[in-house]
Amino acid sequence: MSIRERLSGNEAAATAMKQINPDVVAAFPITPSTEIPQYFSTFVSNGQVDTEFVAVESEHSAMSACIGAEAAGARAMTATSANGLSLMWEMIYIASSLRLPIVMSLVNRAVSGPLNIHNDHSDAMGVRDAGWIMLFSENNQEAYDNLVMAHRIAEHKDVLLPLMVCQDGFITSHSIENIELIEDEKVKEFVGKYHPEHYLLNDKEPIAVGPLDLQAYLFEHKKQQADAMRRAKKVILEVAEDFEKMTGRKYSFFEEYKMEDAEVVVVCMNSTAGTAKAEVDRLREEGVKAGLVKVRCFRPFPAEEIAKALQNAKAIAVLDKSDSLNGAGGALFEDVVSAMYTENIHVPTLSYVYGIGGRDTTTKDIGTVYSDLLDVAKTGNVGNPYRYLGVREGK
Amino acid sequence: MAYNHKEVAAREARLTAGHRMCAGCGAPAVARMILKAVKPEDHAVIAGATGCMEVSTFIYPYTAWTDSYIHTAFECAGATLSGVEAAYKSMKAQEKLPQDKDTKFIAFGGDGGTYDIGLQSLSGAMERGHDMVYVCYDNGAYMNTGIQRSSATPRFADTTTSPAGSVIPGKMQSRKDLAKIMAGHNLPYIGQTAAVGNMKDLYEKAEKAIYTEGPCFLNVLAPCPRGWGYNTADLMTINKLAVDTCYWPLYEVVDGVYHVSKPAKKLPIEEFLKPQKRFRHMFKPGNEWMIQEFQAEVDKRWQELLDLEEMTNK
Repeated sequence: MSIRERLSGNEAAATAMKQINPDVVAAFPITPSTEIPQYFSTFVSNGQVDTEFVAVESEHSAMSACIGAEAAGARAMTATSANGLSLMWEMIYIASSLRLPIVMSLVNRAVSGPLNIHNDHSDAMGVRDAGWIMLFSENNQEAYDNLVMAHRIAEHKDVLLPLMVCQDGFITSHSIENIELIEDEKVKEFVGKYHPEHYLLNDKEPIAVGPLDLQAYLFEHKKQQADAMRRAKKVILEVAEDFEKMTGRKYSFFEEYKMEDAEVVVVCMNSTAGTAKAEVDRLREEGVKAGLVKVRCFRPFPAEEIAKALQNAKAIAVLDKSDSLNGAGGALFEDVVSAMYTENIHVPTLSYVYGIGGRDTTTKDIGTVYSDLLDVAKTGNVGNPYRYLGVREGK
Repeated sequence: MAYNHKEVAAREARLTAGHRMCAGCGAPAVARMILKAVKPEDHAVIAGATGCMEVSTFIYPYTAWTDSYIHTAFECAGATLSGVEAAYKSMKAQEKLPQDKDTKFIAFGGDGGTYDIGLQSLSGAMERGHDMVYVCYDNGAYMNTGIQRSSATPRFADTTTSPAGSVIPGKMQSRKDLAKIMAGHNLPYIGQTAAVGNMKDLYEKAEKAIYTEGPCFLNVLAPCPRGWGYNTADLMTINKLAVDTCYWPLYEVVDGVYHVSKPAKKLPIEEFLKPQKRFRHMFKPGNEWMIQEFQAEVDKRWQELLDLEEMTNK
């Protein structure tokens, strides 16, 4: 029997980590993810885990230590947010290039500047091309479930890539909600033991990690990373299938909410999906054929699958909680639009940048998006595709 | 056991031939000797900071290291090796590793990766008490990128970012005293050493550092023929002059107690400066003040060290 609990998103993440019982956790406090290493160090201090907790002096060192630990043959985990991830940035690329299946809990927060501690996705978007698998979570339950699935995906021999589980800072990290936890033993069995093929601490087979890799080889090594990212798609689905068998909870690359006959569709990630679902329900009661695609797996990007899921829509809005500041829409928007174009699917699509720096996004806000979409669907006239939601416009 | 140079020299090198360090470079000799102090039956994991030694010893698909080796980036050899050591501790306690084998953890960074960009990572690793040795091979500038000044560059040295010009005569600041900073971390063992004579001092300090439990630090002089401008054949002479002039004192700090090795005769600093192109401008007529100031700084630091030795041995 699963365990019914009430936990915040951070508590849920820390609980998953306790059950995974990694060999090493190296982390540095940063709002709003601070609680994760806090809770976790309590587990360490009370002997509830076998983990060596490395209380590093910076996030750069947190990722460096995770790389060292994972290369040494250990399971290593960390948690961070915003500027913490920015400080790790150099090491984020090194972790994936060394093919180390480190797992990170990323509690999304706006990257400075100016300084802001609240939620948006600018931190995650800053590392979207870094070669990490990126899973997004609507609520505490998904943050927990994604972490339980993480190592199985990351450590798979066809993958060997680091993985980050994202959730929204404060909105889910600090909100207490009901959650169904899986029993410790079941998690242990599901996650399994880690048996790296080559590792530094194997004195029978010394290895060298992290070479100078010049023109003769780097390109091939990068292609191998790209291939692993493509192969991860199959593994993500396989692990989700096993997870469903254990818990009954179904996961895929994305969740399609009332999409069967949807004409106006919103695409978004993380907690905003919950708000959007409420608005979809309200609109459905009014007879509006509204639907939602909630992206869980952002990297690898399920381009073909998303394009197909959107092919029957009459108008689409892609919501980005981060502005790419490129004058041409957010990152998720660009990915969705190019996925559709590549599949020869042409549906009018709008980019909305929203919720920056923790700006509240209500059902009413989402309602305006759907009403814009209804106009576009009716007239076929997109107007300005690069829109903002909930911002005060200067004169 | 007393140091036996012949016996130590005959041991198999753990940093093998075939690496691409320059002729006359101090660093590989230092690294090779330090690793000879690892007991043959012990495994070692070596971490390298980006720098000359990293890019010349581990060019894919070749490695000159016979032990396990990891390089991640420039500023984080300390943190990277922290992670390796933490993994070892955790996995050994969980019996995921053989119980009857010991692994030693040794990091190598140049002065750029140690005094400057890697200082925070090093300080963190030392403060947390990881069982490791961090070795700084100090060549006194960013040699890998082409001889730019670092905080280990001595005053007046001509580097590509502190060029000796007609208005500014080289680097205007004195060098940072890293061993002293490390002493402020209350480490069980700190050694400042150089490859002099039959390398007894280097070997013995390496052995103590490697086999003292806890975080230990070695600061080792590693002259650079390209950056310093001496003849490649003169490496050992330069090392000896650095020590004999007390520019690079040999000493150790064992649990806070200083032990200083005194040269038989303290030579004037000119002896060390003169063979090096980077100090050539100091010998032009009218620049005598530079040599005087350099000497005064060396004397002051030397006296401080003697005072610390006296004070801590009371």
